[in-house]
Amino acid sequence: MVLPPYSIERGEKMKKIASKILMAMLAVSFFAVPAAWAENIKVGAILAVTGGASFLGGPEARSLEMLVEEVNNNGGINGNKIELIIKDSAASPEKAISFAKQLIEEEKVLAIIGPSTSGETMKIKNICEQAKTPLLSCGAAEVIVNPVAAYVFKTPQKDSFAVKKIFMEMNKMGISKIAVLAGNTGFGKAGKGQLLKIAPEFGIEVVEVEVYDKKSNDLSAVVAKIKANKDVQAVINWSIVPAQAIVAKNMRQAGWDVPLFQSHGFGNIKYVEAAGAAAEGIIFPAGRLLIADSLPADNPQKALLMAYKKNYEAKFNEPASTFGGHAYDAFTILMAAVAEAGNDRDKVRTAIEGLKNFAGTGGVFNFSAEDHNGLGIEAFQMMIVKDGKFVAYTGK
Amino acid sequence: MTTELFIQYLLAGITYGSIYAIVAIGFNIIYNTTGIINFAQGEFVMFGGMIAISLLQFMPLPLAILLAVVLTMLIGALIEICFIRWLKSPSVLRMIIITIGISILSREVAVHVWGESIRSLPYFVGNEITSIPILGARISPQVLWVVAVSGLMVVCLGVFFKTTSVGREMRACASNRKAATLCGINAENMVTLSFVLSAGIGALAGCVMSPITYSQYDMGTGLAIKGFTVAILGGLGSSGGAVAAGLLLGIIEAFSVSVVPLAFQDAISISILLIILFVRPQGLFGSKEAAGLKEF
Repeated sequence: MVLPPYSIERGEKMKKIASKILMAMLAVSFFAVPAAWAENIKVGAILAVTGGASFLGGPEARSLEMLVEEVNNNGGINGNKIELIIKDSAASPEKAISFAKQLIEEEKVLAIIGPSTSGETMKIKNICEQAKTPLLSCGAAEVIVNPVAAYVFKTPQKDSFAVKKIFMEMNKMGISKIAVLAGNTGFGKAGKGQLLKIAPEFGIEVVEVEVYDKKSNDLSAVVAKIKANKDVQAVINWSIVPAQAIVAKNMRQAGWDVPLFQSHGFGNIKYVEAAGAAAEGIIFPAGRLLIADSLPADNPQKALLMAYKKNYEAKFNEPASTFGGHAYDAFTILMAAVAEAGNDRDKVRTAIEGLKNFAGTGGVFNFSAEDHNGLGIEAFQMMIVKDGKFVAYTGK
Repeated sequence: MTTELFIQYLLAGITYGSIYAIVAIGFNIIYNTTGIINFAQGEFVMFGGMIAISLLQFMPLPLAILLAVVLTMLIGALIEICFIRWLKSPSVLRMIIITIGISILSREVAVHVWGESIRSLPYFVGNEITSIPILGARISPQVLWVVAVSGLMVVCLGVFFKTTSVGREMRACASNRKAATLCGINAENMVTLSFVLSAGIGALAGCVMSPITYSQYDMGTGLAIKGFTVAILGGLGSSGGAVAAGLLLGIIEAFSVSVVPLAFQDAISISILLIILFVRPQGLFGSKEAAGLKEF
């Protein structure tokens, strides 16, 4: 990617601003809360706090609440108070649409963080685009930013990179015939599409494809069906819903021990707990938050990952997940842009596009006019479940 | 299809079927006494599982399950006393709407108490990867627990309703509430008792299935729909019918996977329900005369 010279310069500037924000956040005791705020900056968030995607929206909403409190306790952004308005969409696209309109037209928010799911994001993409309101989605599907819409960004890593990471690993292991299982959510469908599209590039043949319901209770029948196909050398289970843990259990209960690959939607230690002994050996790509402890000290993400993890876990008494991290990234990116551009939708949008080398939980972001995700394939790290924990996967 | 694969599908079908049946039995008890469908039945299942999981931190598994069942029974009694008992000659429709309201309320309470994440009880025997070989196929021991518990429930309920005086009084209320009251039966208490009983059964179901399906605050709706389908299929009010219909539906669903993609599984079960309702509205095992006497 060739960048115009000025953007590199600005990238440096953004980095400085970002580090200033971080400093401000850390120095809790040194700054008193100002008696009067210069201005209230309204930020909207549409998250699936309840409903079928609450495992995404819950940690996301809690992360945002924590961050807003931190920022405001430290004097806000340039003396302006951040006012966060969280709307619970319960993963319903209809609700997401009406909340988006409400936030834009009635609350007149500067920008919207969310929605949690790809399906909802696609429904409000055009609304935000027409209203010229920046949208920082926590949905993972690539279609959100491809084709690029001027006001729409997303923080989770691209699913095509996750797919490529998995296939690269399979090539190393000598696996060429696979089965694909996907959840029937926006994330599952988009991932299934990418898997089928990219597989030929790596010389991999998908011999079985099945989609399961997000509310499945048991999947032993479909596991039996795939297992009966003796060609299958490995299974990819692409899903973000809790039912994905059932696949692992049913496979191992059937006495089937082919390698099981999962998507970055597996990045929540609760899924490992849910699958218990069946989770051992699952290989999947994810952001580095899950293995923050074991990162080398010079990793640009290490400090913020450790801080986020520690603060989140201390405050909410539950393990941090990469999902909450997506909201963390959306918020810190937005704040960095606000610190530079102020309370102006257009300027904030342009400022986000100019962010370079911005370390977040998902990776190091490099936005541009063409890339509204800003993360490369190196944002992913292959991991494996070992003794009920995530560890970096180094191959066999 | 090889024998091994055939048996594997059959076992998967039994797994689904026994889960459906165990929920359907709860529907039947309240239906038998009040003539209404309690759409909050799925929430009793959820409460049972969730309470047991919370209690497990303080006590061994059997005790946690027992206490969870008792507590859910209390919740059932409380719900009946607060929302149903004071109604003066309520219509069936009104009571059904109330139970839908209770179901939404229960989910909200649960999400505030337990949060949105999934939890589960440990496997009663073995762990997540333990399986028992049966004729070349494999099955989780937990499935056998579900099958055994639902079988035991049917037998116990049959004995209770047929031989004990309380059971007979409950059935009398269902047949004709006014006549039962004239005979000196306290119909209101019988309705409370039916809620307590079905809450207890739901809670027990929630505990035995939790290792397989996981427990989550909103698991009730999906289970209630399948359980309701099975209850209708088997003939409302018949516990044995519920088990037979549950297994039938589960096995059909499992085998359907071998011919059509998994995504069509629910479409198949709902189509079967519709066909049954057109051809045999009283259900597979219900009697036509009994169905004719019911309001709903």
